[in-house]
Amino acid sequence: MRVVFRFSTVSIVSLLCGAFILNVLPVSVYAAERLMVTGSSSVAPIALEIAKRFESTRSDVQIEIQTGGSARGIHDARKGLADIGMVSRRLEPAEEDLIGHTIALDAVTMITHAKNPVLGLDRSQIIDIYTNKIDDWSQIEDFKGPIVVVNKADGRSTLEVFLKYTQLQSDSLESDIIIGDNEQAIKTVSTNPLAIAYVSVGATIYHIENGLPLRMVAVDGVIPDAKSLADGNLPMIRELNFVTAGAPEGLAAEFIAFATSPSVADILEDFYVLPPAK
Amino acid sequence: MSCRPRSKDRLAPKLLLLSSRSAAAVSASVLLLAIAVVTLEALPAILDIGLWRMLSDESWHPSSDRFGLAPMLMGTLLVTLLAVAIAAPLAVVSAVFRQFYAPAALGGLYRRLIELLAGIPSVVFGLWGLTVLVPLISRIEPPGASLLAASLVLALMILPTIELISATALADVPHHHYLAARALGLSREQAVWKVVMPSALSGICAGTILGVARAAGETMAVMMVAGNVVQFPESVFEPVRTLSANIALEVAYAVDLHRASLFASGLIMIVMTLLAFCCAEAIAHSRKSYRVGRT
Repeated sequence: MRVVFRFSTVSIVSLLCGAFILNVLPVSVYAAERLMVTGSSSVAPIALEIAKRFESTRSDVQIEIQTGGSARGIHDARKGLADIGMVSRRLEPAEEDLIGHTIALDAVTMITHAKNPVLGLDRSQIIDIYTNKIDDWSQIEDFKGPIVVVNKADGRSTLEVFLKYTQLQSDSLESDIIIGDNEQAIKTVSTNPLAIAYVSVGATIYHIENGLPLRMVAVDGVIPDAKSLADGNLPMIRELNFVTAGAPEGLAAEFIAFATSPSVADILEDFYVLPPAK
Repeated sequence: MSCRPRSKDRLAPKLLLLSSRSAAAVSASVLLLAIAVVTLEALPAILDIGLWRMLSDESWHPSSDRFGLAPMLMGTLLVTLLAVAIAAPLAVVSAVFRQFYAPAALGGLYRRLIELLAGIPSVVFGLWGLTVLVPLISRIEPPGASLLAASLVLALMILPTIELISATALADVPHHHYLAARALGLSREQAVWKVVMPSALSGICAGTILGVARAAGETMAVMMVAGNVVQFPESVFEPVRTLSANIALEVAYAVDLHRASLFASGLIMIVMTLLAFCCAEAIAHSRKSYRVGRT
């Protein structure tokens, strides 16, 4: 039995050890022509593709991309731990010390299970569902069952977009399930015909095309498809930003210029996000 | 307890001693460093909010300056206790089966299976829970993601821990106790449950507490199936959020006091785990007399 104790201790300790080394290592140990980009997990996959293309044009450059949420993007850019922070929302007044460079716009939409016959919801219905005034699908459509309201954890940028759209406070939401990121929301809704969630359109279309039983519900009559995305008149939209402490210089400036240039348009299209409004 | 080999070969044991001592020192210092960093990060929360407010605030809305951890503390305890209540009896009975009832071949195969179960990563259990268990429970009582789902997934995860340690404890009881009991005319059931079990009880308890410690700290699988709503659940079908899930969900987006309060809840969990391990140690030592005369 002691052996078991020791084994568990050793494994816990080695895990902690690894986590520590990763966190404590300063960015400065990396080579000079490296660019550190950290932050939002919604921006990261797009940034990764852009970085790959950027690297293919510049052989001497290595771009390191790490995720950890928009808050980490803000924090790292401010503290100089990263050259560029990734933030999946508009910068707040308290973040005036940072400069935002919008690389794309991401629409947020309501999703349900494909078995759910509800095709569209308007703003007041969504508010009633999320404040528990409507608590059964039969109040909306010929479909029986209590509504399973999926919500995001405090601080997630899709939650902020949702709150701005509904003009609700986060403590007045009545949720049945709270999850972290879009992927979890999609997984939850795709296995539960009674569930509803708000998620990034880019992530959703990818999963629908790969056969998950999901439906993007029309919000105020608008379904996020190629046309409405191109028009950009969707009710819930968030900015995907690169942020820097002060004006970007050198390699960071080059990378940001590349990421906001037309040469990445097809990458944005692949991720179903919109090029930033000029 | 310690049995240092007194070999005639001088160098090898010295090297072994040196390397094991330095390995132990490194491990211990890393652990102490981890605890120190967590404490340091939690300090603003402990000083500014105070432990009392963390327990007494009516809700958890860090953005509006409310830091009530009590529902999540309760969530952690409920999920853990329910999981152990499900897993421990199953594990103990299965250990008894393996030690005393199963034919050798079947017992060996069974042990391999249990060991395999112990090695499955928690995220796989979480995925299984999310895609199979939650929809199943949802059919009985929506939303499905619930205290019950989390406890069942956890029970499956800690079952092998408790089973393997219980079986070791049973095997540690000298076989001649069992044989003597049988020779005195006791049936197999009586010999197992009245003679062997009492001797192995301390080991089984220690295994169970180890299971408790693992269950209380488990994050990923629980986060995927528990629903994570911060509340005191009124039934097993209602969602709960555990302390560890709370940290995993929010730490990426937390700043200032919010972040510090997450570290404070981490500190609370370290203390809880420490207490559990102390209990396990104490129990494992308390009934040592039964183990004397191992053959």
